[in-house]
Amino acid sequence: MTDQPTETGLKEWLLSDTPQSVAQARCQRLYLAWLSFSANPIAMLGLTIIVVLVGMAAAAPLLTGGDGTEQALANRLQPPSIAHWFGTDELGRDIYDRIVWGARITLYIVGLVAIIVVPIGLLVGTVAGYVGGWVDIILMRVTDIFLAFPRLILALAFVAVLGPGLENAVLAIALTTWSPFARISRAETLTIRNAEHILAARVQGASTARIIVHHVTPLCLSSVIVRLTLDMAGIILVAAGLGFLGLGAQPPLPEWGAMISTGRQYMLDQWWVATIPGLAILIVSMGFNLLGDGLRDVLDPRSGGTS
Amino acid sequence: MSQDTVNAKTTIEAAGRISRSALPSRLFAIAKHGFSILLTFVGLTAITFIIGRVMPADPVLAIVGDRASNEVYEAMRLQLGLDKPLIQQYLIYLSNILQGDFGTSIMTTRPVLDDIIRFFPATLELATIATIFGVFLGIPMGVLAAVNQGRLIDHVIRIIGLFGYSVPIFWLGMVALLIFYAGLGWLPGPGRIAVYYDGIVEARSGIILLDSALQGEWEIFWNALHHLVLPASMLATFALAYIARMTRSFMLDQLNQEYILTARVKGLSEGAVIWRHAFRNVLVQLITIIGLTYASLLEGSVLTETIFAWPGIGQYITTSLFNADMNAVIGGTVVVGICFVGVNVLSDILYRIVDPRSHD
Repeated sequence: MTDQPTETGLKEWLLSDTPQSVAQARCQRLYLAWLSFSANPIAMLGLTIIVVLVGMAAAAPLLTGGDGTEQALANRLQPPSIAHWFGTDELGRDIYDRIVWGARITLYIVGLVAIIVVPIGLLVGTVAGYVGGWVDIILMRVTDIFLAFPRLILALAFVAVLGPGLENAVLAIALTTWSPFARISRAETLTIRNAEHILAARVQGASTARIIVHHVTPLCLSSVIVRLTLDMAGIILVAAGLGFLGLGAQPPLPEWGAMISTGRQYMLDQWWVATIPGLAILIVSMGFNLLGDGLRDVLDPRSGGTS
Repeated sequence: MSQDTVNAKTTIEAAGRISRSALPSRLFAIAKHGFSILLTFVGLTAITFIIGRVMPADPVLAIVGDRASNEVYEAMRLQLGLDKPLIQQYLIYLSNILQGDFGTSIMTTRPVLDDIIRFFPATLELATIATIFGVFLGIPMGVLAAVNQGRLIDHVIRIIGLFGYSVPIFWLGMVALLIFYAGLGWLPGPGRIAVYYDGIVEARSGIILLDSALQGEWEIFWNALHHLVLPASMLATFALAYIARMTRSFMLDQLNQEYILTARVKGLSEGAVIWRHAFRNVLVQLITIIGLTYASLLEGSVLTETIFAWPGIGQYITTSLFNADMNAVIGGTVVVGICFVGVNVLSDILYRIVDPRSHD
């Protein structure tokens, strides 16, 4: 009960029509976005899935008995039971443990691709949009070529040359994923490049680099984040596909796609070996899709939630 | 009435004026379009050139192996033209591709192009049937969702769509085989056709459905169709999700327009308003979407082909990859890339022809 006054005070502070400081205005905007986001049950479901995934990855040592690679050949291909919730695989490894540790690999792939792709996309897009002219034409032609290329096939060809492995798979996925981000940031840049605050900064003598980094890029971020969330599912699926073909993470790493691949031989009699990791991939990529849909409705009012 | 005819006359005249004055700019647009297609092709080949020739540490070693003598190594180096400047190597590569020369496959010892011609029809057959599934299920679903916006059925269709976007296709294929082939026995297992029918039909187009139907072998036709059901449905999940989502969004745009209100005020039935008025405008926009889907299925069949032992281009590329057969991998990649770009260009042209609004 004692919390009641401060809570309403906080709420008033967050919802007041006359913010007193920049910080308050920023908090208000975030709070309003959160209110409309949390009113969307589908988006909240997506957020819950992602939070659980991150929690699983962070707390993997606490949630499991080992690191998911210990073999126990006497226990191989056991069906799901109380001791092994999801059963065991062909080397007697607990599938639940491997799913939990696999969450780390999934997040590692997705995070690394995002770290590579977003800066490249933003840089190419904002420079092309802001500088314009020949720079724009050349950069956008290169972007279009990558956009025109089928994604999985290009990733396959890259991995074929670089050699199989987790890092190479990440690199291949990143090379085939950056182009839409460049397109989006360019489109955003074109709409704001002649805005008054940009002109004001230019009149004050800010350099082109400074304007792009400090004034243009922040305004492109929200569309880029929405697109990134929606792309996460695609990234996970391509990574899982590469893993399934044996071109991604190498054994004994518990990568979900590779787990499906080994489970394939036992599909008829020991269905759980391949089915469980597939469900994990499905749930996680569904989570990112749900979250992305919700974020788009909140951050991008122009879409109006119709598409 | 006279007012209407006058209006119509001025509209026709205006349209005539616009199309006459727009002719040079249309030619310019076509030229620009052609140029950008050309650039895409150059870029596509440049990327595959970099992947195949520049990125490997030593392409000669990859071919001759590390036990080859110096003479053999040198001879292969000269044969590949690696002593020439990079730009010249690229131009040679480009002219070879234009002549249909993708090199020889190490695995099959045949020219890569011959292999691709042999494997491609299977992929074409699979992707075509999958696209047909996607179109005939996805469009009604999208329309249904748009008409019932915000109601339960809209949410159900949205969830189905998200499932199609999120499911790993190779896993879904395995589960479907487990249920419908191993469990229930309703559908045949992997492969294009039952073993005892193999090679009976003369391969004219390479598309079994077409060949068997043309030769009147209906038993084989049904067998091939049965084999197609599972892989095509798996591949169609993505097509269905994408087409349903886009149809819904296009339909919503149309249903909010004033001409729909006019049609309703005139007392037209809801069915006529939806299908004859709103949907006809949507159909034009859907051409591009269907083209995009078709192109992505031609590529996306790689994993489905692996699961269903489907002898298509995707399986050709992956098996070549495991045999370090770079010529085949790169050749396959270029061909799929060209098809991908080609289908998109075709749907774009079709869209321009069908939609009068894109003419100005």
